[in-house]
Amino acid sequence: MGHTLAEKIIADHLLNGPAEVWPGDLVEVHVDLVLANDITAPIALREFEKLGVQRVFDPAKVVLVADHFTPNKDIKSAEQCAQVRRFARELGLPHYFDVGRMGIEHVLLPEQGLVAPGDLVVGADSHTCTYGALGAFATGMGSTDIAVAMATGQTWLRVPETIRIVYYGQLQPWVGGKDLILYTIGKIGVDGARYMAMEFAGPTVDTLSMDGRFTMANMAIEAGGKAGLFACDETTRAYVHGRVKRPFREYQADPDARYARVLEIDASTIEPQVAFPHLPENTRPVSQVGEVRIDQAVIGSCTNGRLEDLRIAAAILRGRRVHPDVRCIIIPGTQQVYLDALREGLIETFIEAGAAVSTPTCGPCLGGHMGILAAGERAVSTTNRNFRGRMGHVDSEVYLAGPAVAAASAVLGRIAHPDEL
Amino acid sequence: MMLSGTVWKYGDNVDTDVIIPARYLNLSTPEELAKHCMEDIDPTFAGAVQAGDIIVAGDNFGCGSSREHAPLAIKGAGVSCVVARSFARIFYRNAINIGLPILECPQAVDETESGDRLSVDLRTGTITNERTGRTYHTSPLPEFIMGIVQSGGLIPYTIKRLQGRNR
Ligand code: SF4
Repeated sequence: MGHTLAEKIIADHLLNGPAEVWPGDLVEVHVDLVLANDITAPIALREFEKLGVQRVFDPAKVVLVADHFTPNKDIKSAEQCAQVRRFARELGLPHYFDVGRMGIEHVLLPEQGLVAPGDLVVGADSHTCTYGALGAFATGMGSTDIAVAMATGQTWLRVPETIRIVYYGQLQPWVGGKDLILYTIGKIGVDGARYMAMEFAGPTVDTLSMDGRFTMANMAIEAGGKAGLFACDETTRAYVHGRVKRPFREYQADPDARYARVLEIDASTIEPQVAFPHLPENTRPVSQVGEVRIDQAVIGSCTNGRLEDLRIAAAILRGRRVHPDVRCIIIPGTQQVYLDALREGLIETFIEAGAAVSTPTCGPCLGGHMGILAAGERAVSTTNRNFRGRMGHVDSEVYLAGPAVAAASAVLGRIAHPDEL
Repeated sequence: MMLSGTVWKYGDNVDTDVIIPARYLNLSTPEELAKHCMEDIDPTFAGAVQAGDIIVAGDNFGCGSSREHAPLAIKGAGVSCVVARSFARIFYRNAINIGLPILECPQAVDETESGDRLSVDLRTGTITNERTGRTYHTSPLPEFIMGIVQSGGLIPYTIKRLQGRNR
């Protein structure tokens, strides 16, 4: 009997291994990278101090990113960041990313080559699962877990079952990774992959760019998943080439691996998707949205703040104007994405269209700052969660979509398909 | 590690908001949290629970937010163990990490009622219902998870291990 991607990566990280593992096994593993951000690190650091250790297990393998409430939005967040900064200095952590160098963690870490295929990564952030796009096993945890992983380089895991989702068929114009994952979550529900690893496969995702794959793996957690993985291929290799400076291992699922469920999806029938408030599973094809006026359009986040996303938005906004009733906010995921977009002329396009462009930050995605909604307001957003009050007032609404729909909606003032322009 | 106590039984999808409502998240000690444990699903619980009692519940126990306050409140209330059909993932981790033993055993859940007395042998994964006399076998907690639980949680467990390494 063969093994899934998740099982194989975990098996090779066992403290007392390597050995075979099966779903349900509770195991102790070595981790390759530990992550925390400006809102989760302070709690983890408190627990870390209780351990009474003077150093982290390997300074090069602990990454701290100040991305949520930065550039600091208020005094409380400034103090949290100060605490994290001090910790990073005292312990000599080379991978501490502050304003001017930082980006949204899940865009930044792969871009900087800090995550490699085959790695086992844990992070105090639920969207740590994004790195599964590189063929790594990456999952979010609580603060106590992360404190211990920072100190010891080890953690414990329950080996997850795997749900394999196979996509076939040619994608329609304007359909990308975001639409595939929203469609999938709409089909299986927000707990459709609870406890499980999701394995994304098939000819359609084989042709998907790395940026599209990051978007899909990012939202595995929105189906309750513990991780979302892609096997390593030419596209992965081309991406990590020149970024990852250490040896790594590529994994493929065995043909006879045992899955909890295998789902086949004909991707050629998928239209651009929109998830209605207040759950990511409330998806509809954009043609069935009806008349939904919007006050704000947000393009960015760890889901869709990469260069490809900005190129799509720019292709739609070029030579057009943002609707007078809409505030369009565009947030490049990292400084590098920002610079690339600037050099390509995308930023100019956005500003000429009447959009605001911000320095990288999580900002409005979690209702932090940089675009909070008032009561009764509606936003279309390329982010990953549309829970009640996620972007501001409890009586505001967030509609999730990909960058094409978000940009077209910004122009038309209502949720729209780019072909309506 | 043998446990035994009176059963408090609940249904499916007991979420972290009913285990410890968000309005009490400004509290942080297990004792303070315990006073409000299960308040929104069973207001009698916090006043009547006895040390050693056991919570038995359906599927997806502890779903919702990642707050570590939820297992802390249950542990603070004196509950010795939670037996459920299944647990939400982050609750499962958090419970182990703060030293609250939890077991998945659908059959035992289905055949147990509030007020029954259960005895649980964590080492063997055996659950016995003293009223019905029936015994159930579930996977015991692995050695190192037992180690975490017996030490009182992941932090004390890790401290012990780190000291052992330096010796
Ligand atoms: S962009 Fe949003 S979802 Fe992503 S890490 Fe930041 S707050 Fe979390």
